[in-house]
Amino acid sequence: MNKIISREELAPNIKKLILEAPFVADKVQPGQFVVIVVDEKGERIPLTVVDKDKKQGTITLIFQEVGKTTCRLGQLKATEEIHSLLGPLGKATEIKRVGKVITVGGGVGIAEVYPVTHAFKEAGNKVTSIIGVRNKDLLFLEQELRKVSDELLVATDDGSYGHRGNVCDVLKEIFPFAKADLVYAVGPVVMMQAICELTRPSGTKTLVSLNPIMVDATGMCASCRVSIKGEMKFGCVDGPEFDAHEVDFDQLAKRLKLFSKQEKKAMECCKDR
Amino acid sequence: MRPKMPKQKPRERIKNFDPVALGLSEEQARLEAKRCLQCKKPLCVKGCPVEIDIPAFIKLIAEGKFNQAAEKIKEKNNLPAICGRVCPQETQCEIECILGEKSTPIAIGVLERFAADWQLNQFKVESSKSKVQKTQTAKKRQTAKVAVVGSGPAGLTCAADLAKIGYRVSIFESLHKPGGVLIYGIPEFRLPKKILNAEVDYVRTLGVELQENILIGKTFSLTDLFSQGYEAIFIAVGAGLPQFLNIPGENLDRVYSANEFLTRVNLMKAYLFPEYDTPINMGRKIAVIGAGNVAFDAARSALRLGAEETSIVYRRSEKEMPARAEEVENAKEEGIKFFLLTLPVKIISDDKGYVKAMECLKMRLGEEDSSGRRRPIPIEGSEFTLNVDTVIVAIGQKPNPLLTKATPQLKTGKNGVIIVEKKTQSTNLKGVYAGGDITTGADTVISAMGAGKRAAKAINNYIREAA
Repeated sequence: MNKIISREELAPNIKKLILEAPFVADKVQPGQFVVIVVDEKGERIPLTVVDKDKKQGTITLIFQEVGKTTCRLGQLKATEEIHSLLGPLGKATEIKRVGKVITVGGGVGIAEVYPVTHAFKEAGNKVTSIIGVRNKDLLFLEQELRKVSDELLVATDDGSYGHRGNVCDVLKEIFPFAKADLVYAVGPVVMMQAICELTRPSGTKTLVSLNPIMVDATGMCASCRVSIKGEMKFGCVDGPEFDAHEVDFDQLAKRLKLFSKQEKKAMECCKDR
Repeated sequence: MRPKMPKQKPRERIKNFDPVALGLSEEQARLEAKRCLQCKKPLCVKGCPVEIDIPAFIKLIAEGKFNQAAEKIKEKNNLPAICGRVCPQETQCEIECILGEKSTPIAIGVLERFAADWQLNQFKVESSKSKVQKTQTAKKRQTAKVAVVGSGPAGLTCAADLAKIGYRVSIFESLHKPGGVLIYGIPEFRLPKKILNAEVDYVRTLGVELQENILIGKTFSLTDLFSQGYEAIFIAVGAGLPQFLNIPGENLDRVYSANEFLTRVNLMKAYLFPEYDTPINMGRKIAVIGAGNVAFDAARSALRLGAEETSIVYRRSEKEMPARAEEVENAKEEGIKFFLLTLPVKIISDDKGYVKAMECLKMRLGEEDSSGRRRPIPIEGSEFTLNVDTVIVAIGQKPNPLLTKATPQLKTGKNGVIIVEKKTQSTNLKGVYAGGDITTGADTVISAMGAGKRAAKAINNYIREAA
């Protein structure tokens, strides 16, 4: 059981939880994730660890309420507990001083680029972050990311704030002049795929953090298998980060839809309760 | 004659996940127990990896002393209700039974299950109470701490034996429920969770502390465990790495590893979706590739989830199937189809990325290979297409590499097994022992338990010598 210390709504349907998880707080590195189970009958879902407080023994999770589990999680109040939390899982991001780094976060992916952006900045890199949401109201972590970036660019689909368009449009504009040594992107599959195609011609090293469906997340079930350079890899133990130019995004997108019918049904049952 | 195990009727049982085998009545058990010749030099005991005093417990059953019979088994085997269900007795103890020469061997497994179940039903509360008192006095004698990594059969056995000696034992389990392969792999209809939980509870009453949601290699390293004051470590993390055929189409939707399929169904209870949150997406025609116990567990689970047609696809013939004869028979009764001497070469996709069919080759058997089984050889031009919409790959598991990768100083061998000294289960690292599937590759529950017992003995010696 892990106690919830605080809950905050960052934007509509985007929640931030601070949870008691001393072992994870002690070990977790940027890029790693945990698997949580909300209650006795719950499923196991992976969530990126956005922040940690070693002294307090807590970690921060930020998630979008898209399915039954995330909705239930979002309903929990401070002092309530979740059934289980396992971590830290997955490989940590390799943080080095490479020069110029561009981090790109789309939607809830903004939360996931935050710890990595922070770490690259601390390692002495010049960091530009690009974050994108549909409209101004959905924006979150803007100030936090601004603090840990040399430059922060915001994109909104409707132009209600920052640049009009999506993160790819912004990257397209700055990329030819940016001379980036590394691009790091997290967001919806289509977004990561677009970023990947943008940086492919120049061969700029591009990392993406993938979000395949997982069960145990310890390398046992292979639910999260992804094709990397045509080879089968497990997102949970070999990833979640991979070289974007080697990822089969089409396959990932198809595999992510495997349970969409059931997920809808679970949501309906959840509402009925 | 050997009693026939009463079973749920095939037509009914394929619609539920309730136990298939129902167990013997007291009369049936006593009658069967009386058949035992009580050999002076019993061969059956030699066939048992944990050396249960088989004639002794059978004698107690014959005398109607069922609780004592269970206690007798527990002197050597901490998980009798589990072993009575999943052990391949026909190739271990029963094959040695002298009665088998002229008639049928004693039904040792069925009797083991009977005694264990009888005790669980009748004496659950009382026996645990006495155990708790025992351990409390034991605790005063010993204060050394031992860490066990993994709560499958090897881990539970080692932990229970060490706790009986008086050590303070903690089991670290990465999943949110204990049991390892017993909970994620073996289905409810073969090993009910109620039975598993009762036996895990028994291990707890011995004083063993179980910590779920801790992944050794990630949450803590072996070094962390030593610095937390554990004097020895037993690694029993199993063979959890699913194997694939490396044929085109294995990443299509509705292709599952048996591990994923069974974990969703067993551990996560997808058969009770949407009451439980974890789903499974299965079509109507299921092909399970492989013919071991895991393959049969998956095929029979698929049937119970409502599959119209479920087939075992195996590249050799029935004779070479590694599954227990009992499970093959159960599967046949339930209407599982068999495509033998059949090798899948390609899984074919529909336009949305789902399985549409599977292309296969016919095989013939050639000379014996190193496993003593005849080698399957493809027949040229024998390609044919199986009309299936779901594929479950059950061709074996290899040792889980997570902990060994995180601990490079730990010596490993072929397929990533941890190399151990056979008598003591000791690894190349001081104070670190390993056993079960992580040291052998996928093997039986009971051989893992045997390793757990050897390790417990060796760990006791090691700690005493160090003191």
